[in-house]
Amino acid sequence: MLPMLVVFYSWTNPQVEAWKHLTETVLSDYVIHSLILAAGVGIGVSAIGTGSAWLISQFDFYGRKTLQWLLVLPMAVPAYIIAYTYTGMLDFAGPVQSAIRESFDLSYGDYWFPEVRSLPGAIVMMSLVLYPYVYMLALNAFREQSQSLYESSKTLGISGRRYFFRVALPLARPAIVTGASLAMMESLADYGTVQYFGVNTFTTGIFRTWFGMGNQQAAAQLASLLCTFVFVLILLERFSRHKRRYFNTGTQQRVVQRRAMSPKFQWIAAVLCFLPFLFGFVAPSLQLLYWSISHWQQNFDDQFLTLAFNSFMLAAIAALVVTFIAVFVSYAKRLVVRKDVQIATQLASMGYAIPGAVVAVGAMLPLIWFDTQFDSFMQNLFGISTGLLLSGSLFALVFAYSIRFLVVAVQNTDDGLSRIKPSMDASARTMGLSPKQVGIRIHLPLLRGSLLSAFILVFVDVLKELPATLIMRPFNFNTLAVRAHELASDERLVDAALPAMAIVIVGLLPIYLLTKKMDES
Amino acid sequence: MFKRRLRVITAVALAISSISISAMADEVNVYSARKEALIKPILDQFSEQSGIKVNLITGKADALISRMKTEGKFSPADVLVTTDVGRLHRAKSQGLLQPISSDVLEASISANLRDGNGEWFALTKRARPIMYVPERVNASELSSVDELADEKWKGRVCIRSSSNIYNQSMVASLIEQQGSRKTQAWLNNFVKSFARPPKGGDRDQIKAAVAGVCDIAIANSYYLAGMLVSNDESEREVAKKVKVFWPSQDGRGAHVNISGAGVAKHAPNADAAKKLIEFMVTKQAQEWYAKHNQEYPVIDGVDWSPELLGFGEFKGENVRLQRLGELNADAVKLMDKAGWR
Repeated sequence: MLPMLVVFYSWTNPQVEAWKHLTETVLSDYVIHSLILAAGVGIGVSAIGTGSAWLISQFDFYGRKTLQWLLVLPMAVPAYIIAYTYTGMLDFAGPVQSAIRESFDLSYGDYWFPEVRSLPGAIVMMSLVLYPYVYMLALNAFREQSQSLYESSKTLGISGRRYFFRVALPLARPAIVTGASLAMMESLADYGTVQYFGVNTFTTGIFRTWFGMGNQQAAAQLASLLCTFVFVLILLERFSRHKRRYFNTGTQQRVVQRRAMSPKFQWIAAVLCFLPFLFGFVAPSLQLLYWSISHWQQNFDDQFLTLAFNSFMLAAIAALVVTFIAVFVSYAKRLVVRKDVQIATQLASMGYAIPGAVVAVGAMLPLIWFDTQFDSFMQNLFGISTGLLLSGSLFALVFAYSIRFLVVAVQNTDDGLSRIKPSMDASARTMGLSPKQVGIRIHLPLLRGSLLSAFILVFVDVLKELPATLIMRPFNFNTLAVRAHELASDERLVDAALPAMAIVIVGLLPIYLLTKKMDES
Repeated sequence: MFKRRLRVITAVALAISSISISAMADEVNVYSARKEALIKPILDQFSEQSGIKVNLITGKADALISRMKTEGKFSPADVLVTTDVGRLHRAKSQGLLQPISSDVLEASISANLRDGNGEWFALTKRARPIMYVPERVNASELSSVDELADEKWKGRVCIRSSSNIYNQSMVASLIEQQGSRKTQAWLNNFVKSFARPPKGGDRDQIKAAVAGVCDIAIANSYYLAGMLVSNDESEREVAKKVKVFWPSQDGRGAHVNISGAGVAKHAPNADAAKKLIEFMVTKQAQEWYAKHNQEYPVIDGVDWSPELLGFGEFKGENVRLQRLGELNADAVKLMDKAGWR
């Protein structure tokens, strides 16, 4: 929560002049573009994620088993990378438009072609790589709706489309909304894509005010505005749920029986589920592959394996730590039903919408404070100067990731816990289990799916994370994301392709293993 | 299970926190806004020759400056390297650099390319010329960046976003030379010359010009040179289709920015830091920059790459560079007002 405090603390020094300038010139742009972007991404990811999760969980069709985990893969592609690849393919100078111009003998301006680098373009790009948040959560939710629910609905005459809209969807809503809000927050915090596309949002505004005008205070105030905005969003969502909490009540749970489809519909379903994978993963990967193959020798050296190893270890450690903390937070929320605890956890989760660079600066302050205190303590006692012990180490980095990505994990663990009825705990206790045993023997197996998805999501997020890694990493420590970013921001897309490709591949491994495992459980 | 996991995590946390950086002899710590690929090879050469080990982190200049500031007196940073003068000035004005007196640096680098107090020094020069497509534009039609605001060029110019530091420095330089009012008036017309809302990087502007979106692109020269020697064949083809025009050669000269470095205020290895900066202006290092990074050397008598030679000699602006840093915020505001996105 500390970065949040730092951000809000900035208001003690209001920057009247800067605000006057901002409101007169660019602020309305920032607000409108951010709103459209977040709303568009919210709608996009909900539609793609829910639709595909519904088909996968309810029906049997060709390739369903494979598609089920293929659909998660676009998550491994960072938004700014997919933006680069599609720009490479579809821009004026790219192969597609050049081919059109050549085959019809046209020049620029003679024909209409959708502009990739625009606000709608940014919405499409982000939806394509962020929908797995919704997909994973919705899949879990649809699967856990029992078969008896479907059957009893059927006897009441509710089936087909009506069953989806009136029964299944409302029940899965918390999961879908959670996934969509994660995606929306991520889109609000994005800098790489919007900057490349020339779309002015809050984030570009924050960096412009901070870097361009050198006004860190006003930048922090903009960031706080963004947080407030997210907070209102969360409150609205809570409010609209009317404090309803859904628990599974069926004592004899039967797993959903997937329904058979006619061959024609099987094909349609298979194609529909293949499309997000095609556009979110295959197309950008092929472009990356094409770029990297042609010059992989120049870019592949011994350092490269170190990079991959660093990235993998860092992401694994961070994901483990964050998931662990998330479990604590979720239990705190479940067990201590107090307003202040609820608000504190809520506040902590807003960190996700703040750009990584802002989080990094906020995270450094307490660490350096600790180091300074510890140094003077050791000086007085032993006459040794310890200097900076924590900051500038990997510990600092993991700390920053915990702040930024905690919400991703908490959303998952919350979701998991919310589906365990409190009465279950009670009955387990009456059967003589200690609270600890309840945790290990009842909750842990039930939470396994949520823990796994929390772990994967954080793992992949850390793997892709850039600004905080850039600024907080120790000397001589590089990751794939850093390498890819450095080359891409130097506009050497072709050279950036190999590390970008490696991020995707390293990210695939745990996703593949864990989705397999989830499937078995 | 939880207990075991807790133990593992504690062990891991202890292990990683113990890998902290200690200031050993014969080391120098570099915070670099220059990307790794564009500085590491030359740092390796320095290590080889001097026996001093170089530790490096790279990042965005402002983030590195923030890190130095929060780290305060314990900061391990010895040298700060940036790719524009604005950031060097910002570090200086926040009291993060220390003055260095070095006969080598003062003799090699001309006075307008270093801080009067010796807190920062230019390492390379980077120029921002006009690039045009000869099929559509005749060089005789061009004279200065100022005239690109004329009616004649309406909808024919590509330039990237005003969030970009090179544009900010360019406008700051205009403010220094012509005053705010004149600059604002120019900006208001200049934005009408844009062929499209600014997007992408410098290379994208060049590509757009060749693709016919616009006739003129404004971009830093090393981007074009980089495209000419790119790994990507299509990029090389595109780059061959544009030519460089050096603006204002009879007047104030073409806009020039620098990359540079300064020694950190609390540098634990200040001597090594000074040696490193001195090494960066040796003929060997300057030649590497001129040939591999396609940037202009700050010392004379260094061979240029064939690409730079192809662009030709030019006269650069003679502005005290530290003013660009001081005027950066003003530049951003004027561009906001003109509606340059």
